[in-house]
Amino acid sequence: MDLITLKNIKMGPLIPNGIITGDWNFVIAILVGIAFGFILEASGFSSSRNIVGTFYGYNFVVLRVFFTAVIVAMVGLLYFGYFGWINLSQIFILPAFWPSMLLGGVIMGFGFLMGGFCPGTSFTAISIGKIDGLVFTAGLYLGIFMFSESFPLFKDFYNSGNLGHVTLTDVTGISASWFAFAFVIIALTAFWITMLIEKKVRKKITEYKF
Amino acid sequence: MKTQQKNNYRPNYINPYLGGVLLGLLVLLTVYITGRGLGASGAVKSTVVTTANAISPTLAKANDYLGKFISSDHSPMYNWLVFESLGIFLGGLLSGIIFHRIRKPWVEHSPKITSKTRLIFALLGGIFFGAGSQFGRGCTSGAALSGSSTFALGGVIVMLAIFGTGYAITWLFRKLWI
Repeated sequence: MDLITLKNIKMGPLIPNGIITGDWNFVIAILVGIAFGFILEASGFSSSRNIVGTFYGYNFVVLRVFFTAVIVAMVGLLYFGYFGWINLSQIFILPAFWPSMLLGGVIMGFGFLMGGFCPGTSFTAISIGKIDGLVFTAGLYLGIFMFSESFPLFKDFYNSGNLGHVTLTDVTGISASWFAFAFVIIALTAFWITMLIEKKVRKKITEYKF
Repeated sequence: MKTQQKNNYRPNYINPYLGGVLLGLLVLLTVYITGRGLGASGAVKSTVVTTANAISPTLAKANDYLGKFISSDHSPMYNWLVFESLGIFLGGLLSGIIFHRIRKPWVEHSPKITSKTRLIFALLGGIFFGAGSQFGRGCTSGAALSGSSTFALGGVIVMLAIFGTGYAITWLFRKLWI
């Protein structure tokens, strides 16, 4: 009985496997986006002061949402693969151009602390009427434009150090389950420690309401 | 009276762990359906490509970077991430309506800085984030969240670099926030 039910679940990813045709692609994109935007706004990510609280210790909502999402998705993917619901070799793995991506992350870190948003969260800030969200998004546009215009200057750097579409397992030989396990432990530890930090820091902050 | 009310206002956000579980399930579902995760900066990139191409097609095609994303059979706006980002805006609107958070346009900032300072740094932050997301092959959504969730080395590098840098430079920008 169980086996029959399991077999009725189509092997994903559905669109690459032709189970859902490409015509549905954009409908799915909008629906996924709506769910994404809803979760971001409902969690409080439409406020830059909530987001940056993660770095100053007064509100760790970003860390909680982000780490929970990563461990749920990681463990979920492994189970989907184990049950034969998804062919893990077909999913897109971000290529690792490590020097450029490391620099990109550092630049984004600066952007995060100055702007208080990341791209997705700034869109939801616009939805509820935040001018700072709109200005941040305008900045994104300018930043990408400036990057494109000056691209010849760092083209070689941008394309350097390509390790290919590699996973942590490809690089280390350690199985994905161990990485998922490690992430779960790290996340749970972080949830506990940040809860203690938050309690202490909040006593000193009066301007911000929770 | 009004200020008093404003100061006592506590937004009713959902539990962050519930938000995280929902977001994780959404990443999982999206990968199950499309074979890829979520994204956000890609839509802004498509907008840059489209406007550059509209203003000067010759220059846009000649640009080493933008030229890669121009195709003769469809507009760069006809792209999965553009539709998804439109959805992000609509989803934010929906949540804003449900939880009564929609207001007339305003600038949120720490009481210790002015609106003008906030907006200048919001613009600068956007510029940095936009440029950084191109070096990083994605932002917090596409690279850090979806990349790490699929065990991609690149995703983990971007995640650690964003948050590591964020924590390393808190002192520099503290006056903007606390």
